[in-house]
Amino acid sequence: MKDNPFSLWVYLSQSPLLWLTVTLLVYASTDAVSLATRRHPFANPVLHAMWIIGAFLLLTGTSYTTYFAGAQFVHFLLGPATVALAVPLYENRKRVVVSIVPMLVALVAGSVTAIVSVVLLAELAGLPRDVVLSLAPKSVTAGVAMGIAESLHADPSLAAVAVILTGIMGAIIVTPLMNRTGVTDYRARGFAAGLAAHGIGTARAFQVDEIAGVFSGIAMSLNALVTSFLVPLAVTLLVR
Amino acid sequence: MLASLGLILLCQLIGEVVVRGLGLPLPGPVLGLLLLLMLLLARERFALLARGPLRNDGVETAGKGLLAHLSLLFVPAGVGVVQKLDLLAEHGIAIVLVLALSVVVTLLATVLTFRLVSRLLKQQDAR
Repeated sequence: MKDNPFSLWVYLSQSPLLWLTVTLLVYASTDAVSLATRRHPFANPVLHAMWIIGAFLLLTGTSYTTYFAGAQFVHFLLGPATVALAVPLYENRKRVVVSIVPMLVALVAGSVTAIVSVVLLAELAGLPRDVVLSLAPKSVTAGVAMGIAESLHADPSLAAVAVILTGIMGAIIVTPLMNRTGVTDYRARGFAAGLAAHGIGTARAFQVDEIAGVFSGIAMSLNALVTSFLVPLAVTLLVR
Repeated sequence: MLASLGLILLCQLIGEVVVRGLGLPLPGPVLGLLLLLMLLLARERFALLARGPLRNDGVETAGKGLLAHLSLLFVPAGVGVVQKLDLLAEHGIAIVLVLALSVVVTLLATVLTFRLVSRLLKQQDAR
């Protein structure tokens, strides 16, 4: 290497290649650890990839915008992955049709609970109004929540962070919590995971059981729909 | 494989166009999901559709490939937390507690409602 190594870093740190590579390699490692611990809830691969990459950005003084220029290629796949949920849904269509009534009732109950509980708790905790509004859509997938936050003139990037934190906490807590309730119906367990913790909950559900994953995916899609309607209504009724 | 990915993207694209065009309050990919599901269902009735990506599990394999690493796709947005460190320093504990409590309540409300209704309808699906 003839050049000053620092100039190489300056070049690489601005290129999408480096940050895409970092994202994939860090996730591959945290996922390998998760597999090695037989998918222990606390070895959640998203949680650990997030803080490791975040710390790396802070240590190297890299801005999130620079990082995202590379990571956007991964982020983009969220849309096609949502479409792809049609595949497990199709393959398990017979079981889904049989469960349509409990699904729809649980959808309404869960969606209302998700929004009302977060708004009331956030108000109780004395959080500022724009934070309360940004937390309200936290149970739906990132893209949708950001859209809702925008339409409420709240902070979309805070909404995205609330969504990811909710997803991770939901994915960590769902298995021990469900075991404690004694519910062994994987349709119901998966549906709750997808409703409360969107795609991260769904990823977790697929790790535990295929049927749970399918119902989680359905809950996530349906909740994206219902929450888009309910959040503006709940905010008008509940936020001072 | 390529045609299957193309079909998935096409469903999303049509979803986005319809949602934007009609101002529907739902995300484009969700409409894309419904579209792909309808295509898969229609294939059973109309043999004409069972070609290209809709033949020999083409789109099924591609879709499962995308879903195999669903968690990875949330990492870039999650790293966005580095932009919010000031806010988290000020309100972080309250925010995390509020979100944690809310997610527990939501999980319980959903799973118990599902089971209750299921039991009222006398569905046996306990495994």
